[in-house]
Amino acid sequence: MRKKQEGTPSGLSDRTSDIILVILCLFIMILVAYPLYYVLVASVSNPYDVYAGKTFILPSQFTMDGYKAVFSDNSILIGYWNSIKYTVIGTIFSVVMVYLTAYPLSVKELPGRKVISIFFIITMYFSGGLIPTYLIVKQTGLINNMWALFLPGGVAVGNMIIVRNYFEHSIPGEMIEAAEIDGASKWRTFYKIVVPLSKPIMAVMVVFSMVAYWNDWFTALIYLTGQSKAPLPLVLRNILIKSSASASQASTISGGYAELNKLTEMIKFGSIIVAAAPMLIIYPFVQKYFEKGMMAGAVKG
Amino acid sequence: MYFISTKRCNVSLRAETNVGKEGIMSKSNSAIAVTGKKRAGHHVKDYWQLYLMLLIPVVLTIIYKYIPMYGIQIAFRDYKATRGMFGSEFVGLKWFERFFRAPNCVRMIRNTILLSLFSLLWSFPIPIILALMINQLRFQKFKRTVQTVLYAPHFISTMVVCGMLRVFLSPSGGLINLIAGTQIDFLSEASAFRTIYIASGIWQDAGWGIIVYMATLANIDISHYEAAKIDGASMFQRIRFIDFPELIPQIVLMLIMSAGNLMNVGFEKVFLLQTDLNKATSDVISVYVYQQGIENAKYSYSTAVGLFNTVVNIILLLIVNRLAKKLSEDVSFV
Repeated sequence: MRKKQEGTPSGLSDRTSDIILVILCLFIMILVAYPLYYVLVASVSNPYDVYAGKTFILPSQFTMDGYKAVFSDNSILIGYWNSIKYTVIGTIFSVVMVYLTAYPLSVKELPGRKVISIFFIITMYFSGGLIPTYLIVKQTGLINNMWALFLPGGVAVGNMIIVRNYFEHSIPGEMIEAAEIDGASKWRTFYKIVVPLSKPIMAVMVVFSMVAYWNDWFTALIYLTGQSKAPLPLVLRNILIKSSASASQASTISGGYAELNKLTEMIKFGSIIVAAAPMLIIYPFVQKYFEKGMMAGAVKG
Repeated sequence: MYFISTKRCNVSLRAETNVGKEGIMSKSNSAIAVTGKKRAGHHVKDYWQLYLMLLIPVVLTIIYKYIPMYGIQIAFRDYKATRGMFGSEFVGLKWFERFFRAPNCVRMIRNTILLSLFSLLWSFPIPIILALMINQLRFQKFKRTVQTVLYAPHFISTMVVCGMLRVFLSPSGGLINLIAGTQIDFLSEASAFRTIYIASGIWQDAGWGIIVYMATLANIDISHYEAAKIDGASMFQRIRFIDFPELIPQIVLMLIMSAGNLMNVGFEKVFLLQTDLNKATSDVISVYVYQQGIENAKYSYSTAVGLFNTVVNIILLLIVNRLAKKLSEDVSFV
């Protein structure tokens, strides 16, 4: 990052261009943030006002009915719980897999290291495609089993390479040497020294996997056919894309079709916010980690 | 067969080479020499621990990556569940021929290529421009804020983005129609589909794309700027003559990578934004593969179409690589 330069810029042109730049950046920020802001405002407004164009800047007839409906909708709650479950288990599983693969492959003297590395890297470039993979998942009995989300893509090779590079370059070899001189086995060295010393890259991996699992729905669409197993994005598909009110909503409404319609619209806005919020709240706090991870990934290329 | 790494001579020795290399070791580190024998015994055993760690990942990769690769052969077979992937009847190129004779075949290939080509043309330059701009911001706090806001859409699921698009593009009371004062059902207009796809793609990922460029820009020596200032270079000139040239290798690299993916059009968004009415432009191969394979259970046919897509992609990749090589011979920057 460039520090603010010493002395003031010479002449007006620099100051002018600074101002133009700041205005441009503000404009871009608004352009990016406004769609989300609009949904947020709409989610607490009366839907008729939203469709009349009265909620561009501030909510109109403030109401939390949309959120009440979202949180009393069983399918959304189940989806939410499923998403949390899949994200937690998936993240743990994939970070463990990445570590189990990256460490042995970072030990330069391991016989066959090169062959094993190529074995993994090939899968980055070639795949069996949708159907052959689907048929194998089916044959291994994972249809409608949440492990179908984790096992097939469990070894994230790109992440593995980032972690392996970190092990090779950022963990002092002397420490590993010292541990082994003291008679520690490779496994002991791994979990007593390498794992604790690699916390920064572990954070990156946790963030990457977390975002991926929270937002994933395609894998679930293919492999999890039961309604009760659907993660949140799949539940949202019914609400947002197929635009159908769920049965539990319809039964709770007494005001007829118009009332139901109004509620359906409010649920749309509310569920967008509810689904997007967790990651949007978390990411600013972990920004430096994923920036680091992206850079590590770019360096490897 | 065996080797010694000068940095970490301790672990590089295997048991049988231990005696012969003892001398070298004692030179570099006497402590190692003392315990050398004991450790060498450890190593043979230790490697097993490393192999054991690799066991689960290797098994998973064989089952879920390599067996499916081998299973691509169902593209040339008439897959029957009872006879399995490797035992079904061999039918040669039947499924490929069927695909080429399918009424929408040409349309799908054209849509796939055009959608990713236009997407690349429009979305590629934007992160570069953004990075060059943001890099010039001098107030670090403001700069961080801009970056944070620009990253936000990347963290939203495609499903939610498409949900938002549906709401915004709705003919009655959708944001876009409210602003424009119209009542157009954009998602049933084939002519609007590519614009929707590309614009929302830029909204979601352009900010994220700046990270790699920002990293390069952060490494530029400040003295260049100072020298440029003394020479009276304006901000635009500094971007043009200092920042931009630094980015060129990265730009070329990113361009090669995305050009090699030209046939891999993002399935998720097309799938979620496709309606019966916009199919003239939204009908792409990847969605077809999904529909035929998963929805209609035509496993062999779907695999054949997917394989065709992959083969075209590999050919494109090879062409791009050749071009890139030529480019790097002509120009010294790569």
